[in-house]
Amino acid sequence: MKYEAVIGIEVHAQMLTDTKIFCGCSTKFGSEPNTQTCPVCIGMPGVLPVLNRKALEFAIRTGLATGCKISSHSRFARKNYFYPDLPKGYQISQYELPICEHGCIEIVVDGEIRKVGITRIHMEEDAGKNIHEGDGNYSFVDLNRAGVPLMEIVSEPDIRSPREAAEYMKKLRTMLRYLGVCDGNMEQGSLRCDANVSIRPVGQKEYGIRAEVKNINSFKFVEKALEYEIKRQIKVVEEGGKIIQETRLWDSNRGVTEAMRGKEEAHDYRYFPEPDLVPMVVEQKLIDEIRATLPELPDAKRERFVSDYGLPEYDADLLVAEKTTAEWFEEAIKSGGQPKTVSNWMMGELTRLLNEENKTMEGCLLKPAQLAEMLKLIDKGTISGKIAKTVFEEMYKTGKDADAIVKEKGLVQVSDEGTIEKAVDEVIAKNPKEVERFKAGDEKLLGFFVGQVMKLTKGKANPQIVNELLKKKL
Amino acid sequence: MKISVEYIAKLARLAVSGEEGEIFGSQLNSILTYMEKLNELDTKDIEPTSHVLSLNNVMRDDVLKKSISGEDALINAPDHTDKFYRVPKIIE
Repeated sequence: MKYEAVIGIEVHAQMLTDTKIFCGCSTKFGSEPNTQTCPVCIGMPGVLPVLNRKALEFAIRTGLATGCKISSHSRFARKNYFYPDLPKGYQISQYELPICEHGCIEIVVDGEIRKVGITRIHMEEDAGKNIHEGDGNYSFVDLNRAGVPLMEIVSEPDIRSPREAAEYMKKLRTMLRYLGVCDGNMEQGSLRCDANVSIRPVGQKEYGIRAEVKNINSFKFVEKALEYEIKRQIKVVEEGGKIIQETRLWDSNRGVTEAMRGKEEAHDYRYFPEPDLVPMVVEQKLIDEIRATLPELPDAKRERFVSDYGLPEYDADLLVAEKTTAEWFEEAIKSGGQPKTVSNWMMGELTRLLNEENKTMEGCLLKPAQLAEMLKLIDKGTISGKIAKTVFEEMYKTGKDADAIVKEKGLVQVSDEGTIEKAVDEVIAKNPKEVERFKAGDEKLLGFFVGQVMKLTKGKANPQIVNELLKKKL
Repeated sequence: MKISVEYIAKLARLAVSGEEGEIFGSQLNSILTYMEKLNELDTKDIEPTSHVLSLNNVMRDDVLKKSISGEDALINAPDHTDKFYRVPKIIE
């Protein structure tokens, strides 16, 4: 029998606010343990949480960008459970009346557009962090993260394959980064992904029993974890077994999902409206104001890059994946660069150099106008395309202008026929055997001669003139 | 509505003896019965409310405030090290 997977994804995105959701403590990552807390976020009696306005705005911003309906009336709820990283014994979250509902994100898989519904987006506070290493009889708790604002973004079970799930995550991350509401760093935990997975025979309408896969903490593992889980479920069913509803943890070292150990307690969160926080009433005016500040989103940008700059879809896709990359590109165009040429340099040399250092565009010394200037030097014939690579690398490393580097290193292209002719003569004189073979019809050797002349002129000879002279002389 | 004291005690991590269970059970049930009186009211035309105050949108700006020191944070904890709260090992 053929099976298909049904996948829904829950994403927890840490919002890029300076302070926590209900108090003024810092959200900075990596500080000394338990130094970013206060009576509100560690749940001392008698304190009163107050909502961070920015968290609400960020959630609305994300809702608008994903086509959600923004709730005019929204409220917080208490989710009750005990765990050492949860100081109050309840998490302030949203249950009924979440801030955003009924949105949609479009992804492209194998050239086909797929729509993934967004069920809801709600705000909640993060829990602290438990540390289990070290002393065998104890666990240790750091509450710096307790109270950091999160958005939970819940998708409809519209995803049908691990590939689609990975594309969905990529798209969502790109959008959150464009919106400036989350840094999207999965390794540091500012973007977390849980997946609900079930299988059903192709053609069946009802959903199968689902398992929840947690702990997918890297982009690399979204596809792998889901592939494993789908295979596992198909195997269970084909061997006559039954899928049970459970939480499974992805173990990236062993490449498997495993049922969470420990007694599976029936969760009964006893949600009720949070009495410490008053309801939110979102006026149309606020929605309009936020809508007016939305940036151009990746889909719109990609379309514009194709239509305005005549870029191939492939180039446009890569260039819009990060907002900073797209902006860099457009700056270079404004400074006079030819779109496809700029794109080639960015996707080729620039990407290679950044990858070598594991850097992103944010840390790039090279300014877009500098690339445009260098391209002008190539057009004018001041430097050859080959030398340009050396110049580019030097620009990238030092942040200096192309002009300065060319002068400093004496890289100006030699177009003087007399000088090149000398070199050509020398190469011909030094390689009599090759000359003979070339004359006997081995025309591929022309490349060899060009290479020798370039070597002799330290790459500075104008290749067009070299070619012409060689052809004439041989 | 019948209430299970045993279940509620488990969720609240409270040890309740059989005798106590019976006392609490009848007390909780009489509270619930009393509250059920509210259902006799006709609330058809009344907008549901989730808060007793007629306030909404109380918010603060995203402005940093001083946190308390690590030492102060840990001072009331039943058990801690110099940097962390310490709890019995959590089985993962």
